[in-house]
Amino acid sequence: MGGLQKKKYERGSATNYITRNKARKKLQLSLADFRRLCILKGIYPHEPKHKKKVNKGSTAPRTFYLLKDIRFLLHEPIVRKFREYKVFVRKLRKAYGKAEWTGVERLRDNKPGYKLDHIIKERYPTFIDALRDIDDALSMCFLFSTFARTGKCHVQTITLCRRLTVEWMNYVVASRSLQKVFISIKGIYYQADVLGQLITWLVPYQFAHDHPTDVDYRVMATFTEMYTTLFGFINFRLYQTLNLVYPPKVTQHLKLSALSASLARVVATAEEEENQLDQFPADGEQKEQEDQNRLFEGLKFFLNREVPRESLAFILRCFGAEVSWDKSLCIGGTYDVTDETITHQIVDRPDIDKQYINRYYIQPQWVFDSVNAKMCLPVEDYFLGVTLPPHLSPFVEEKDGDYVPPEKLKLMALQRGEKHEEEEEEDEDEDDDDDEEEDNDEEDEDLTEEKNLKKMEDQRSQGKVRLEQEEKAEEKRLAIMMMKKKEKYLYDKIMFGKKRTTREVSPPDSTTA
Amino acid sequence: MTKASATKLPRGMPTVTLESQKNGTMSKAKVKSAKKRVAEDDNDQLPIFDKDVTEKAGEEGDEDLSDSEESVFSGLEDSGSDIDDEEEDDGDDEDEDYDADVILDENLKNSSGVETSAEPAASDKSTPKQQDGKSASKERRKMKKGKGVAIDGRGEKGLTTTFQGLATAQQGDEYEHDTSDEEDIRNTVGNVPMEWYQDYPHIGYNLDGKKIFKPIRNKDELDEFLDKMENPDYWRTVHDKTTASDIRLTDEQVDLVHRLQKGQFGDVNFNEYEPSVDFFTNEVMIHPVTNRPQDKRSFIPSLIEKEKVSKLVHAIKMGWIKPRKPKETTPQYYDLWAKEDPNAILGRHKMHVPAPKMRLPGHEESYNPPPEYLLTEEERLVWEQQDAEDRKLPFLPQKHSCLRAVPAFSRFIHERFERCLDLYLCPRQRKMRVNVNPEDLIPKLPKPKDLQPFPTTMSLVYRGHTSLVRSISASPTGQWLVSGSDDFTVRFWEVNTGRCMKTLEVGGAVKSVAWNPNPAVCLVAVCFESTVLLLNPSLGDRLVVSSTDQLITSYEPPEEDKEQAVTWALSEGPEHNKGHRLTLTHPKAVKQVVWHGKGDYLSSVMPDNSSNLQVLIHQVSKRRTQNPFRKSKGLVQCVSFHPLRPYFFVATQRYVRIYNLIKQELTKKLMTNCKWISSMAIHPGGDNLICGSYDCRLAWFDLDLSTKPYKMLRHHKKALRGVAFHRNYPLFASGADDGSVIVCHGMVYNDLLQNPLIVPVKVLKGHQITHDLGVLDVTFHPTQPWVFSSGADATIRLFT
Repeated sequence: MGGLQKKKYERGSATNYITRNKARKKLQLSLADFRRLCILKGIYPHEPKHKKKVNKGSTAPRTFYLLKDIRFLLHEPIVRKFREYKVFVRKLRKAYGKAEWTGVERLRDNKPGYKLDHIIKERYPTFIDALRDIDDALSMCFLFSTFARTGKCHVQTITLCRRLTVEWMNYVVASRSLQKVFISIKGIYYQADVLGQLITWLVPYQFAHDHPTDVDYRVMATFTEMYTTLFGFINFRLYQTLNLVYPPKVTQHLKLSALSASLARVVATAEEEENQLDQFPADGEQKEQEDQNRLFEGLKFFLNREVPRESLAFILRCFGAEVSWDKSLCIGGTYDVTDETITHQIVDRPDIDKQYINRYYIQPQWVFDSVNAKMCLPVEDYFLGVTLPPHLSPFVEEKDGDYVPPEKLKLMALQRGEKHEEEEEEDEDEDDDDDEEEDNDEEDEDLTEEKNLKKMEDQRSQGKVRLEQEEKAEEKRLAIMMMKKKEKYLYDKIMFGKKRTTREVSPPDSTTA
Repeated sequence: MTKASATKLPRGMPTVTLESQKNGTMSKAKVKSAKKRVAEDDNDQLPIFDKDVTEKAGEEGDEDLSDSEESVFSGLEDSGSDIDDEEEDDGDDEDEDYDADVILDENLKNSSGVETSAEPAASDKSTPKQQDGKSASKERRKMKKGKGVAIDGRGEKGLTTTFQGLATAQQGDEYEHDTSDEEDIRNTVGNVPMEWYQDYPHIGYNLDGKKIFKPIRNKDELDEFLDKMENPDYWRTVHDKTTASDIRLTDEQVDLVHRLQKGQFGDVNFNEYEPSVDFFTNEVMIHPVTNRPQDKRSFIPSLIEKEKVSKLVHAIKMGWIKPRKPKETTPQYYDLWAKEDPNAILGRHKMHVPAPKMRLPGHEESYNPPPEYLLTEEERLVWEQQDAEDRKLPFLPQKHSCLRAVPAFSRFIHERFERCLDLYLCPRQRKMRVNVNPEDLIPKLPKPKDLQPFPTTMSLVYRGHTSLVRSISASPTGQWLVSGSDDFTVRFWEVNTGRCMKTLEVGGAVKSVAWNPNPAVCLVAVCFESTVLLLNPSLGDRLVVSSTDQLITSYEPPEEDKEQAVTWALSEGPEHNKGHRLTLTHPKAVKQVVWHGKGDYLSSVMPDNSSNLQVLIHQVSKRRTQNPFRKSKGLVQCVSFHPLRPYFFVATQRYVRIYNLIKQELTKKLMTNCKWISSMAIHPGGDNLICGSYDCRLAWFDLDLSTKPYKMLRHHKKALRGVAFHRNYPLFASGADDGSVIVCHGMVYNDLLQNPLIVPVKVLKGHQITHDLGVLDVTFHPTQPWVFSSGADATIRLFT
């Protein structure tokens, strides 16, 4: 035939992919460094369409990266820093071995470091891109900020995470952008609308962590390294949009870090700064949004010592309430329990000894439910010692046919403006209707024959209908017979899924009914 | 009380005193000349063994003892003087001058020997006296002597000898520092075997080169014996080969030998457990080791350093050197996106797939969920037993009465970590969700209502058979139905009433029946075992019946009788009355009979994989049989004639072959994609074919279109047993083991471009399933849209 024989796997998809090990060798990096680089640069593996072709005929399970991605990594200046660091470690070890303490000190002073600014800029060319991707960063930083200052990661990282998260909460309070909150068994979810982006994050409960052994903290630390950089730049930009000084002044910041558990100081500084901000009035916001933001405005809250202070203070401040707590608990409390102007006291215990008459004693769930309902809910359900109504997730949006818990229906009715009592009345009405029907039956005994006739007719018509239905069903069955194999398979699958969902939904229905 | 070690030391001792001492102790006879004596005494120290101890006098023994005492330190012993003494004592005058000579020589040499012996002694005593404090040490020596450390009683002679020797040593100064440790060589032959001198009177040469002669009389064995017996010192007598003399060991020497044997030190006086005294003390002394004054430069500031310091100071002043900045640990943030450059958006950003966000929590994750979201006890057990991947929820929903009671979530870090892993390890792909309405997947078919007529209900059941009905066939007029069963009977039914008109017993289970399709002929072919029977049921029009009989009887056998595969036999007598007309006896069991459309030809199938005699075609009018195939192409399942053209269809297990009977060639081979064909029917138009198979499929072939099935229907749940086309209506039916007959509308258009329309219109059920068999055969009424089905439950059913 002429011409050279075409060699296999030298063109096409086989040349577009590279296995992880080959990529690692090409970059001359250890696996740990390669992993770090991938995390920092946001490179992830790709699944080729024809795995066997790419794998050169082998079916062994391999991780493939795009060759383009690896080429892109080749030009990364950080790779050199990795190598420098490796050399540094080697030198340091040597100096230690020789007990050259001055040498160790000198080496430590010249420890090579790197910055991730350019990577952040490269990965997120616009601010909105970065903001869109901040969910994970937030959750991670909030987690790291709760770590104890021993082992697991550097203390600097923990303090930095703490600082950044406090700054973030500060911003959310200042911008009044909190939308939804949810107490889950994992922690507390928050959702904020920041510059049009819905950002959700999860904050664990304030307990000491039982550090698992099967978790690679190096991976987490690398992610955190990247996230703190990203987060810091985002905070800077966000503060800038509100015309706030970033970072908050050094003295305040010192206080901040010293009173790291106290949000109040932070909030206070924010408010101070907000006063400056008043010169730049923001306009064009929607009324509803405004209303929601002023949900707790004018209310004065006092937090009892057993409620999670930070989260509640954060939420309440976000909606314009005044918050305080016992001075002995934490610095930042602005007024005392004895203050007569307090409207709500949040308590999480079955009973309290000394009660003031002119304030509500409510459980913390009220705050969360009210925020989610975008209205102040009636406080009766949340009094001390009362069995709380279920706490629903604000993130669920039911579609047609999905199961809606009855509590949600009630809430929706409330939001529509109907009062709780009315709903009850409606229920009664329904009952009345049933009663009426029964009454009719009793009253009109003479008309029974006619009714029977009618029934017969009905039955006939029903029979017809049934016949029609049967015919239709048979038609359908016959048509299904004629389906192609592929379509039949898909159809069966869909129908199976549908049946399963109906099966799952039905038990709660039965319980509620 | 001399000590051998002292020999070397008393250098400054005046000779006179020595002399005087000597005079007092020594016997006059011995003193020949001072010089000579000195030489002798010197000699004393060197040789190892005393010579000829046996001849020694008691007095001399004392001397000897003193001598040997010296040698204790040296490890060597000399007995030169003894020899002389003995000789002199014995009065061996002849040897005298020679002796003197020897002694002189020895004297010369001995000084070195003295040296040698002295040194180890000195070191043993561990007294540093070699250089300076010789006198002092000598004094000490004397003290020791005074104490009488020496073991044996020793004469003054020994002492004097020693001192003499010392004096001599002083004279022969050049040997003083001779450290040679050579043995005293009296015989200069060296280390050669003494046997070489066996034949000579001498055994070597002395230092002067004179011969040393052997003793005149060698000891023989008797002497030896006598010696042994008599000499009390025999045990301490040693023979010296080099001088060929016997030496008696002194007590000291014996003692030395004993001590050495025990591994002790040679020196008796050496105390090996003496407290050790360090050369240098480990204590730091207040005074310096050297008393050297300090250098001047240690007081004067260094100029070079001054220069260096001034340079550094200058550099600091000038601001060239700056102190190291404290490292910044806190990262610096700035407005990274100050100028958002649209060019900075790389191409790869368009390809980038952002990571999907975490799923938002539902009601079940709440700390206080609605009660319906909590798992029941069974669900909880199921949840606990499931693998982590199979669980629908990664956590157990829990209800807490108040916020205070909510514990930490134990898997929080795990979940964050898993998210991290997902972010950097998971391949990302944009996946289009199949958002299909399942109703859209169902093909849009014309409604069965619009495709009427077709059989819808079961209207008649023909009962009478006692075993499964394998085959049925309707008469061309549609008035009669014939059925063959496993109960060895063939029954004729009236279609409209369900009445059994006739029952014929045949000699075996009826495999197949076929009514002649020619309305002018009333013949039914029945096959059982290896026989094909042609019956005239005598039903219907008499004219037709009689003409059929005539047709059969009018046969004239041909002139030349050809050998045929089957034997044709005309029935007569009672069998004729029963309706039997012709009997075709086949060589093998027959499974199927099929009529050609015109009713003259008949084909029978004898399935047998190994031979080519599987299909036979018979011509009834000529009673002729032919085997159309020379070769077997597999197990033949069924055959069929083309309704219009001279084609012949043969279905083997997987293929249907179409032969042109006139051209005698294979026209087509249809791939059915079935595992095992059970039945086959041909559309009356002749261009379409359906095949039923045991693997629940029904294949529709459009012969003009392809050799592959145009449509494959899998609507039966079990193996298909029979298929049939209606002669006039666009209907076909299939019966299967699931007991149902499915009637389909199969419209074939005259327009070649339009594909046939196939719509299932009705599922007819009625037959009971017996022995896993349902419907065995289906056939259509020739004129009405009715379908007959025969089943394993021994009934035949009519659906109208």
